[in-house]
Amino acid sequence: MYQYNKQDQTLIEERVNEFRGQTQRFLSGELGPDQFRALRLMNGLYVQTHAPMLRVAVPYGLLSSKQLRKLASVARDYDRGYCHFTTRQNVQYNWPELSRVPDLLAELATVQMHAIQTSGNCLRNTTSDPLAGICKDEIEDPRPYCEIIRQWTTLHPEFAYLPRKFKIAVSGATHDRAAVQFHDIGVYLVKNEAGEIGFRVLAGGGLGRTPIIGQTVRLFLEKQHLLSYLEAILRVYNLFGRRDNKYKARIKILVKETGLEKFTAMVEREWLRIKEDMILSNERIEEIKAQFLPPAYDPSAAIDNTLTAQLAGNSDFTKWFKYNTVEHKIAGYRGVYVSLKAPDSPPGDMTDKQLEAVADLADQYSFGEIRSTHRQNLVLADVKQADLFTVWQQLNAIKLATPNIGTVTDMICCPGLDFCSLANAGSIGVAKELNEALDDLDYIHDIGEIKINMSGCMNGCAHQSVGHIGILGVDKHGEEWYQITLGGSSENEAAIGERLGPSVPKDQITSTITTILDVYIKQRLEDEAFLETVKRVGLEPFKERVYANH
Amino acid sequence: MQIIKDRQLVENTWTFIADDTPLPENGDITVTLARWLADKEQLVKRSSQTGVRLIPSDQIESLTDDLSKIGVIELNFPIFGDGRLFSQARLLRSRDGYQGEIRAVGDYLPDQVFYLARVGVNAFEFSDPNHIQEALAAMNNFSVRYQASTN
Repeated sequence: MYQYNKQDQTLIEERVNEFRGQTQRFLSGELGPDQFRALRLMNGLYVQTHAPMLRVAVPYGLLSSKQLRKLASVARDYDRGYCHFTTRQNVQYNWPELSRVPDLLAELATVQMHAIQTSGNCLRNTTSDPLAGICKDEIEDPRPYCEIIRQWTTLHPEFAYLPRKFKIAVSGATHDRAAVQFHDIGVYLVKNEAGEIGFRVLAGGGLGRTPIIGQTVRLFLEKQHLLSYLEAILRVYNLFGRRDNKYKARIKILVKETGLEKFTAMVEREWLRIKEDMILSNERIEEIKAQFLPPAYDPSAAIDNTLTAQLAGNSDFTKWFKYNTVEHKIAGYRGVYVSLKAPDSPPGDMTDKQLEAVADLADQYSFGEIRSTHRQNLVLADVKQADLFTVWQQLNAIKLATPNIGTVTDMICCPGLDFCSLANAGSIGVAKELNEALDDLDYIHDIGEIKINMSGCMNGCAHQSVGHIGILGVDKHGEEWYQITLGGSSENEAAIGERLGPSVPKDQITSTITTILDVYIKQRLEDEAFLETVKRVGLEPFKERVYANH
Repeated sequence: MQIIKDRQLVENTWTFIADDTPLPENGDITVTLARWLADKEQLVKRSSQTGVRLIPSDQIESLTDDLSKIGVIELNFPIFGDGRLFSQARLLRSRDGYQGEIRAVGDYLPDQVFYLARVGVNAFEFSDPNHIQEALAAMNNFSVRYQASTN
């Protein structure tokens, strides 16, 4: 993975010093709360229900074991012994003390980590495919381009005060695992008719209050123009994006109100002006690519008889193997999902002990690297098949081997009312209740692939509008109610879920979800997945059952 | 009043004249874009220099042909979070080739001068004198940068 050079390291250390000064000025009253707000947000610091919340950047979801250990010690020394992985592959701490945040950031800087631009109206962390570099369906590894974009976005002087937050995602595979179409800018690596690899660029996608699927602004962009094209889009957005209403300030509204054709013409005009001055040279691309070379795979990894025997001899291991490991492009290796969705733990949370144990596993069995996923799990990307049984046993011992990846209990969930000052309703409690109701693994596996996403408010941090089942917390006269959508998807055939009907009260949300699952089981044809059934039969059969007694 | 220009403290010589105030006979003045566009023939006949004070919603393209006649361009922040002025500065320098003074005025923070300097702003006026020292220090907050920009 990318290792900082002297310039990268200097930059994050100087940012810590700047933030230390800003915090001191705020605590001494020199800097007003509104002014400090904008400055602290650009450094990932929110003020939440109980304490500040600090969001730490995990660029495109890639972590070293050393970084994971640092996250663990920070959780212990500055928080309550745990942290939370977010849908944008980042990490959040919910209980740091404001006056100690500069020290916390200085600690992170010792392992090449920071919280720069993890919130605020600026260019955010670039996200990507958690299976980058190991999946078979890849056109090209997206991570070098993510790193190039990370550097370009970091402290970009012109785009630090945008109308609203701005998120970029890059995918290099044919199967979209990065929700690219729901980003302000989405980038797909593609091959053109001449066989050259370049980018398809989308703009104007987004979730939140008004979910919109991104539209293609350029079908094929040569690699050398990546940064000039991004700069042109950002300049048009910075100048013309709405600033009068924060709910209409995202680029999706600008694209929608301007019209795709006119918006594209504005971007292209600016791009033609600047593109020759901003060439991304081949040498530069190769230099960054050299930091993402494949690890030293064991050429004899596939010569192994142990896995077959272990699978035959242990049904729990078999279940885990089926749900929590994925195919690898190198024979004899698998990608391993570390499930952060144990039934009795808030989705995406990890304790310091778990972080350290996973760091050890990564060092021993996966070249010292870990990835975070947008569905709030981790991946050990390069595990030899002969090591899988041991890895499973060790993950099991720390409750990180629930065999539920891609199933109904692998929910995406925001911190909700328990932590977040924006939330209308709880989400962690609902996830827990659902988990208790769905405690039969065979039933969960029988339901198969389904994505439940649950957000505690309209801001939609947990991407409920693209969940196969989306759950949205709403406030009804001071009570927590939940609105349900069906049929959303953030993958290639992107779709926004359709509202099932009136919202349901908190004491009925679990029974409503189980009813929806029952309807699916009754309606499905053979191996049909939940999403396919919803597409085929529509919402009516679900409505009939859910609202039967109303 | 002192301002920062090219990282030095200098005495300010410019006065902003609001649209409803008659033009003074002498002295360097700045006016709104609307007044410049309406009265530029009269303005250039004065013995002193004229500058333009821009706000974020101004179309800077309407100034392109006049840039050689303009002594200073002020970017007036109504609120510090309005980032349009950053792009305006960048375009004035890199697209339009403006080489005169670009000055930040209004409601902005010393913490922003590093970025402002990078997009081509070379002068800074603050109503709070304490901000001047903070801004001078903040210009050196970072010794490294990733992007090509105006500087």
